[in-house]
Amino acid sequence: MAVVTSSRKKVWNRVAIAAVIVIAIAFLSPLYWIGSTAFKPRSLATTVPPTVFFQPEITPFIKLFTKRVQLTKPVDPAVYAAAPWYEQRIYDGGERILRVGPNIQMSQYPNRFMNSLIVAIISTFIAVSMGTITAYGFSRFKMAGEADWLFFILSTRMLPPIVVAIPMYLMYRVVGLNDSHIGLIILYTAFNLSFSVWLMKGFMDEIPKEYEEAALVDGYTRMQSFFKIVLPEAVTGIAATSVFCFITAWNEYAFALIMTNRRAQTTPPFIPSQVGSGLIDWTVIAAGTLLFIIPVAVFTFMLRNHLLRGVTFGAIRK
Amino acid sequence: MAGLATLHPSSKAAARGWSDLTIRNIFIIPTIMFLIIFNVFPLIYSLGYSFTDFRASVNEPVKFVGLANYRELLNDPRIWNNFWVTAKYVMVSVFGQMVIGFGLALLLNRKIPAKGLITTLLMLPMMMSAAVVGLFWRLLYDPSWGPLNYVLGLGNLAWLSDANLALYAVAITDIWMWAPFVMLLSLAGLSAVPQHLYEAAAIDRAGTWYTFFHITLPLVSPLLLIALIFRTMEAFKTFDIAYILSTQPTTELVSIKLYKFAFQEWQTGKSCALAYIVLIMVLAITNIYVKYLNKAKER
Repeated sequence: MAVVTSSRKKVWNRVAIAAVIVIAIAFLSPLYWIGSTAFKPRSLATTVPPTVFFQPEITPFIKLFTKRVQLTKPVDPAVYAAAPWYEQRIYDGGERILRVGPNIQMSQYPNRFMNSLIVAIISTFIAVSMGTITAYGFSRFKMAGEADWLFFILSTRMLPPIVVAIPMYLMYRVVGLNDSHIGLIILYTAFNLSFSVWLMKGFMDEIPKEYEEAALVDGYTRMQSFFKIVLPEAVTGIAATSVFCFITAWNEYAFALIMTNRRAQTTPPFIPSQVGSGLIDWTVIAAGTLLFIIPVAVFTFMLRNHLLRGVTFGAIRK
Repeated sequence: MAGLATLHPSSKAAARGWSDLTIRNIFIIPTIMFLIIFNVFPLIYSLGYSFTDFRASVNEPVKFVGLANYRELLNDPRIWNNFWVTAKYVMVSVFGQMVIGFGLALLLNRKIPAKGLITTLLMLPMMMSAAVVGLFWRLLYDPSWGPLNYVLGLGNLAWLSDANLALYAVAITDIWMWAPFVMLLSLAGLSAVPQHLYEAAAIDRAGTWYTFFHITLPLVSPLLLIALIFRTMEAFKTFDIAYILSTQPTTELVSIKLYKFAFQEWQTGKSCALAYIVLIMVLAITNIYVKYLNKAKER
């Protein structure tokens, strides 16, 4: 009897493992498709049946970073031979790179990517710094109506972006912060601050109070013990919180769509805006998307042991 | 009145440097002020506008109209339709995420080679930008050469331009992104079920279904509930993925309507009123969510 059930269990286990593998492949195939399309020749991006095996090429990335126009007549062989390899790849595709004098004209992508970096890094830094000290305050000191304050802080995170964006847009218009880095940084800081407080409070609660008490007895002031004892203990938590805040700001779309259009536009509203005009070159979209999601993929792996905590605002620690 | 932890205010240690009360205030008040200035104040500002006929696109004197905006909105069948579309979307996408996410967790809750790697890989979609990755789903959904139709053998099924299908297409993309979230929480719940309960059930010759409904499910349900409330709230607020994927009126969620009111039709006053209706609903769900979060914390 026991033998029967255990062999049955083994079969079930194998079935489950096979199912997991099949489902995991299905789940990841859209990401694989982004990655592979980014290396396809344009002619193979939209074939029937879909092209899985092909000679990968770097051309989509060259296109991503340059401004191009369609060639009206075949390129002069001498010009072609004199052109650098990346320009030849563009000629091969029946286009030429635009130049101002001798200089290649860059596309807007690097600029938008930089905007994303600037806004995400600065807003993360402010949100995590403020969140860390506030979390310490809530964790170590008693406060009247503490639960209500914490609820208030979290509730700001839950507001639908468009609801906040309408008055912020009007106010930014008055003070001239529309389409500025500072405007987006303020919005993302406010958005991440509540998350950072909650997540850091979870980490702070885990640091034993005894460490600081010992330091206080040894003659440290409360501030010294915070900087010299608590902060070093909280480094893992600060790092995890920073990565989460960075990813949120990096990915944000609605605020960026409404508040920016040129100067401070970030990558998420920029990539879809390329689709609007004419025939879509999906290889370029894929290349832009791939570069944009690689940092997030790397961070996800770094965060893997903190994911549960992060998505539950520090409530569940495993 | 605030009481301070661990140290008596008049003790020696507290007398050195700043007092605990000062430190607490310095640490907490800036954050609260920041949130009040950049979240609460704008909302008060828009509450004011919700009682006017303000249009941000024209330079006309603003007229106070009382509750007219709210009355118009609540009597407008098109707005009710937006709420109905949203409700349908929430139900389909959250149901899909719960079933697939929990199912995946049940499958993964055993010894599997490279389990950690598989779990982390499955988390990738939800960490990515819905706008950017969602855009790519337009290629996957393309009726003539989209790989999805080819793989599933669906011919030229027009996912996104078919008015009846578009909402489901958006929901499928959302399920793809967020089912792993439910899986993550379910796995945490499943791993916390004490093994001896299963052993006891085996000794009692309890069937698989009995064990599932009387041991597994009750012990995982607090975390499932958290996943359910959180996903419901997020799905209710959905904007980017639906906005990027489809322009069908059948996928016009409340957030999209709000965006169009405010930034395309420039009916600023009216959009503020709709924003308030949405806001109150979201705060109600948040309240429930925090209650369960705190409950889970106490366990």
